Amino acid sequence: MAEIRIENLRKEFADFVAVQDSSFVVNDGEFLALLGPSGCGKTTTLRMIAGLELPTSGKIYLDGEDVTFNRASARDIAFVFQLFALYPHMNVRKNIGFPLLSQGMPRAEIRERVEETARLLQISHILDRSVSGLAGGDRQRVALGRAIVRRPKCFLMDEPLGTLDAEFREVMVHELRELHNRVHATTVYVTHDQHEAMAMADKIAVMNHGVIEQFGTPQEIYRKPASMYVADFIGSPPMNFMRFTSSLRKGASSISLNGVDVIVPEIHQDTEERELALGVRPEHIRFSDASPLRGAVYGSEYLGTNQVVAIETGNGLIKARVPANRNFQIGETVGLEFTPANLALFDCKSGRAVASSLYSGGQHG
Amino acid sequence: MSSANTAHSVVAPSDTSKRVAGTIVIVYALITLIPLVWIFLTSIKSPPDSISYPPKIVFTPTLEGYCNLFTTRTRQTPDYIAALPEPTSTCDEVTRKRNMVIAGPSNFLPRFVNSLVIAFGSTFLAVFLGTLAAYGFSRFKVPLADDLLFFILSTRMMPPIAVAIPIYLMYRELGLSDTALGMILLYTAVNVSLAVWLLKGFIDEIPREYEEAAMIDGYTRLQAFRKVVLPQATTGIAATAIFCLIFAWNEYAFAALLTSGQAQTAPPFIPTIIGEGGQDWPAVAAGTTIFLVPILVFTILLRKQLLRGITFGAVRK
Repeated sequence: MAEIRIENLRKEFADFVAVQDSSFVVNDGEFLALLGPSGCGKTTTLRMIAGLELPTSGKIYLDGEDVTFNRASARDIAFVFQLFALYPHMNVRKNIGFPLLSQGMPRAEIRERVEETARLLQISHILDRSVSGLAGGDRQRVALGRAIVRRPKCFLMDEPLGTLDAEFREVMVHELRELHNRVHATTVYVTHDQHEAMAMADKIAVMNHGVIEQFGTPQEIYRKPASMYVADFIGSPPMNFMRFTSSLRKGASSISLNGVDVIVPEIHQDTEERELALGVRPEHIRFSDASPLRGAVYGSEYLGTNQVVAIETGNGLIKARVPANRNFQIGETVGLEFTPANLALFDCKSGRAVASSLYSGGQHG
Repeated sequence: MSSANTAHSVVAPSDTSKRVAGTIVIVYALITLIPLVWIFLTSIKSPPDSISYPPKIVFTPTLEGYCNLFTTRTRQTPDYIAALPEPTSTCDEVTRKRNMVIAGPSNFLPRFVNSLVIAFGSTFLAVFLGTLAAYGFSRFKVPLADDLLFFILSTRMMPPIAVAIPIYLMYRELGLSDTALGMILLYTAVNVSLAVWLLKGFIDEIPREYEEAAMIDGYTRLQAFRKVVLPQATTGIAATAIFCLIFAWNEYAFAALLTSGQAQTAPPFIPTIIGEGGQDWPAVAAGTTIFLVPILVFTILLRKQLLRGITFGAVRK
């Protein structure tokens, strides 16, 4: 197992920049999810780590060794492909043993290792089956088996659950995380699904247009979004943005939203007058008849344990996640209150978060 | 497999339509088989029977055609033949009835061997080069790939006879005329264009992920190509090999022009078989029958791949 260190990695295809000067470190045994929409450069980043693409510039260190221009076969990594890429002309046993065969391992030892891996993944009963007849989940397990049988320095996975149906995907999310807990392999996992990333990863890198917008633990990504993009991409429904125009003063701990003072985490930077956005997670909104911040109910969505209520405010439509025990009439006027410690401020023009105690303080609500 | 295939037809064919289709196929098969059957029948007729009019449907079969194909004979007086020791083979017997004795083997066997060497040799070379070239065009960024592919295809646009004379002159200078090597090179050059185009289609269909997976599993690109791409391209390779072999085996124009002696193939040789008093039709038919055998065997052996190769792309996995 090993640490993966990426330094100023850049990849250009003709005149398109797929990955822009990314740097990050995946610690030994850590599970990193590269999260982003399609075309954001997450798969390209993964393929560069694997050695399937060569970077335009930058460095890749695997276990301290510079592998930037090493061929894939010389990197001691395992890769799980989106479509599994199980060799159709081999049975399950041969598929799993194929990476060991390249190392010139004796057949008896290969057999042993393959069977051990199959036990770990609970696929011993299908070892002698042809891969073409396997169900999606078993294919997935065989692909994982082929990856873990070598005990490589790290695992790279390119949306390995993308082709499974939703129900089964959840089962596999648990299985994958459990497998990771058992083998403790450094893993880089590419996905566009925030739930997968949040459920499995130790760290998440949110990517957009080839840029890593934020790199951090799932908690950091969710609670302290570094940009409006991250705030909007993570969470369902995503973070609400209430736009207003104002200047900010360092040390202040309230803003004025349509003349109503809203308490926010202490602001750590001065800004001139400009368009800003107050970021509020739906679950950080409460209804309070006494609050001077008013809005009209626009619609509601009942979800069983709670409900999502859309409210038209003077600063745009926002969604609140509130207990399901109250019925709202459309058009009803309600008072809104936010949990102050969780509010974020963004500069609408740059999309970046405004520095505040939300980001610097270790403790938060 | 079968369930996957049937799943593609939306409506199951009715019994009537199956019967009609079956009848059409059988009738068509009979029509196409008649010339072949006729050739075979001619090969076991005696020379007089073979040219009798109206043609004889009922006749006494004889191996005379095959004997004449494989031997050269000289005419002798009946007294001379009567004085000979007992005939040692059927052919001896058959020829003596016509007042002839076997003088030695004919050129058919060496010509047939030439055909085998040249056709299989050029097929192997064309498929080998074609597979590598197709893989290159399919997987790598080749500068001017489209133009190169068109150029490769364009070598097939000219009919052989149009280039036969320049090639004849070139071969004479190079010392390649009437050599097996010359014919192998020529047929390879003609077939490689077909092979590249056919195989590129097949290899394009094999997802790159397989090779990438193999490379990550610790194999070099060449090993990945050999262990992962080739096994999956066998269908395409078999289909391509048959097409190349059929061309090289049947080719007449180049062979007639460029070979005359030691490298002559069977197609230009067979029509030159002359017997007593003109064409020896049973011998020609016997040569044709034998000539059909290798291609028939090869095609039957590979028919599964050929069928999948021809219908390739029609059924998606």
